[in-house]
Amino acid sequence: MTPPVGPVYVPADSSARSIGADDMADALAASAAQAGIRLARNGSRGLFWLEPLVEVRAADGLRYAFGPVTPDDVPALVTAGLLTDPPAVDHPLALGPTEQLPGLQGQQRVTFARVGVIEPTSAEDYLAHGGLVGLRRALSMTPADVVAEVTASGLRGRGGAGFPTGIKWRTVLEAAPAVPDPAQPKFVCINADEGDSGTFADRMLMEGDPFSTLEGMAITAYAVGATEGYVYVRSEYPDSVATLRRAIEIAYAHGWLGERVLGSDLRFDVSVRVGAGAYICGEETSMLSSLEGRRGEVRAKPPLPALEGLFGRPTVVNNLLSVATVPAILAGGAEAYAALGVERSRGTQVFQLAGNIARGGIVETAFGISVTDLVQTWGGGTASGRPIGAVQVGGPLGAYLGADSLDVPMDYEALAAAGGMVGHGGIVVFDDSVDLLAQARFAMEFCSAESCGKCTPCRIGSTRGVEVIDALRAGLDREANLALLEDLCTVMTDGSLCAMGGLTPMPVRSAVARWKQQAAGAVEPP
Amino acid sequence: MARLRVTGHDAGVSEVGLEPWLDQVHRVVSTAVAAHAGERGPLLAVLHDVVAELGHVPDAAVRLLATELNLSRAEVHGVVSFYKDLRTAPPGRCVVQLCRAEACQSVGAERLVAEVSERLRVRLETTRDDGAVTLDEVFCFGNCALGPSGTVDGRLYGRLTADRVVALVEGALTPDPAEGGDSA
Repeated sequence: MTPPVGPVYVPADSSARSIGADDMADALAASAAQAGIRLARNGSRGLFWLEPLVEVRAADGLRYAFGPVTPDDVPALVTAGLLTDPPAVDHPLALGPTEQLPGLQGQQRVTFARVGVIEPTSAEDYLAHGGLVGLRRALSMTPADVVAEVTASGLRGRGGAGFPTGIKWRTVLEAAPAVPDPAQPKFVCINADEGDSGTFADRMLMEGDPFSTLEGMAITAYAVGATEGYVYVRSEYPDSVATLRRAIEIAYAHGWLGERVLGSDLRFDVSVRVGAGAYICGEETSMLSSLEGRRGEVRAKPPLPALEGLFGRPTVVNNLLSVATVPAILAGGAEAYAALGVERSRGTQVFQLAGNIARGGIVETAFGISVTDLVQTWGGGTASGRPIGAVQVGGPLGAYLGADSLDVPMDYEALAAAGGMVGHGGIVVFDDSVDLLAQARFAMEFCSAESCGKCTPCRIGSTRGVEVIDALRAGLDREANLALLEDLCTVMTDGSLCAMGGLTPMPVRSAVARWKQQAAGAVEPP
Repeated sequence: MARLRVTGHDAGVSEVGLEPWLDQVHRVVSTAVAAHAGERGPLLAVLHDVVAELGHVPDAAVRLLATELNLSRAEVHGVVSFYKDLRTAPPGRCVVQLCRAEACQSVGAERLVAEVSERLRVRLETTRDDGAVTLDEVFCFGNCALGPSGTVDGRLYGRLTADRVVALVEGALTPDPAEGGDSA
């Protein structure tokens, strides 16, 4: 028996680790060493129902997948020929070549092209898989042309607001000083405070391909004339912080960051800052306050962060997914990226299937796919096997859609027209045991817990909202309380300083509307 | 050294006595401030270091930090009170954090939280009276396809059940004989 060329891959992604990938790697280490095959830790492919997923690279160049593998499965798998070439195919956990897995085939991976494929902090792997092509091309262009390229790609902010990235960059490029000057710095701040429930794409990208973020930041810095960059990562992601910090060290050692990036005149320094358990710090102005070491309070806009951002200086604030997509846009050209997608939603979105779902994980594909397709075709329906009760799209500030209204396309405008939002691309599935009035209450409770407290509609409105919904749950004065809740939602929507208070009514109203339908018998109650 | 106010929150006092405790706080604060010298807006990063060393931010540290970073005590206090990670009281010997966000709710997080709370005899967001266990709620660990999720002493677990959490906590609180039976 010839051993495969290897390596044998076991994900070090924190989700994979949360269900035993480390123990499995330990169980596999001795056998791998004996067969003379290197054990490598990659990111996750994002097919979480198959995690922990083992992959073995064979002499034919393909990677063969096995999963989900527990430590107890390892001896039998090895006996069956896991570490032979070609790897065993007649074991119940053998899934065949990874690229042909039904959960991967048909995805359009651009932002996530390297995640799960490479060893995250291997500079060699990064270069071998197209790393730095985008940065090299950017450095050969004028900053204004780089901005124009990103604008032409149609890339919009992946954090949720969907603002065109190129337009934001142009504002910062045109702000003084015209020539980069560390004494009058411009900043690049990357928002990796991924607090929305049902989202984990930033985390997987930081853990699985951290260099793409750093490359994207360097391109951004060159385009707008910035000299310093920060990645703001939430404290709930310790693995992301560690991987990113390690990647930054390596990037400096290779001249990808620091003075004279890739031998050019670009000087750019990057560091990681860690949040401290406040959801609101995902709001861009709150994040800037937190980066300054202060309370994460929201600031009124204007002034725009692009003109008066971090420490009052011109600042690009981009979501991590947006900035990590920039290298691919520069490498492949704006046209190729814009060829994907629909209407004004160009390119791909990294959709995240979460909650009560049979096949949860990442589906990166062009905008325009319907929620039904994502949840049913890709996700396989609920994990519990019961009918879908509701689907929350776009995080805790996104709408609850009923099972009968999932045919809406994932596209910024179409979803907005349907009363929802794409948000950060998270989709949380509930089965029909969901209590929608309880979910509406939770939306208000979450807002009151996480409000920064600066504006009254958010701080007080959410507290009153919990009380009103409690009254509804108790069956008190239904019509009057529904009217009061609607009034409260209007005040929060129109009067809040930021999206926290302004969008909390979205899940509340949609859940309550659905609950009323159920109560009226328009929908079969569970 | 600046004059320090000591309150009941400064639990280290009862263990080591006032002066050694204040010395320790002083040392930790100075080291943390020095480690972040030259950084822009370092307060939050410094406070993270203090929590990593002391488990919480004692009152005594607030005044020291204000002096060292040329801030008002109100500014430091304002930051400490804003962020959940910056505990002002020491946590229990074992810290359990359970996710209560929507994705985990859809697979039974609320039931899990209630059962763990009951079986470990600790209310959510508190530390048990004997100082053994702290039970925190967290909104999302980014493990949303493998819920319910939570951490025990910082290690992330997916597909949690109450039995698993209780077993992990008991394991964490049981002295490891291999390490000389430290009763902590």
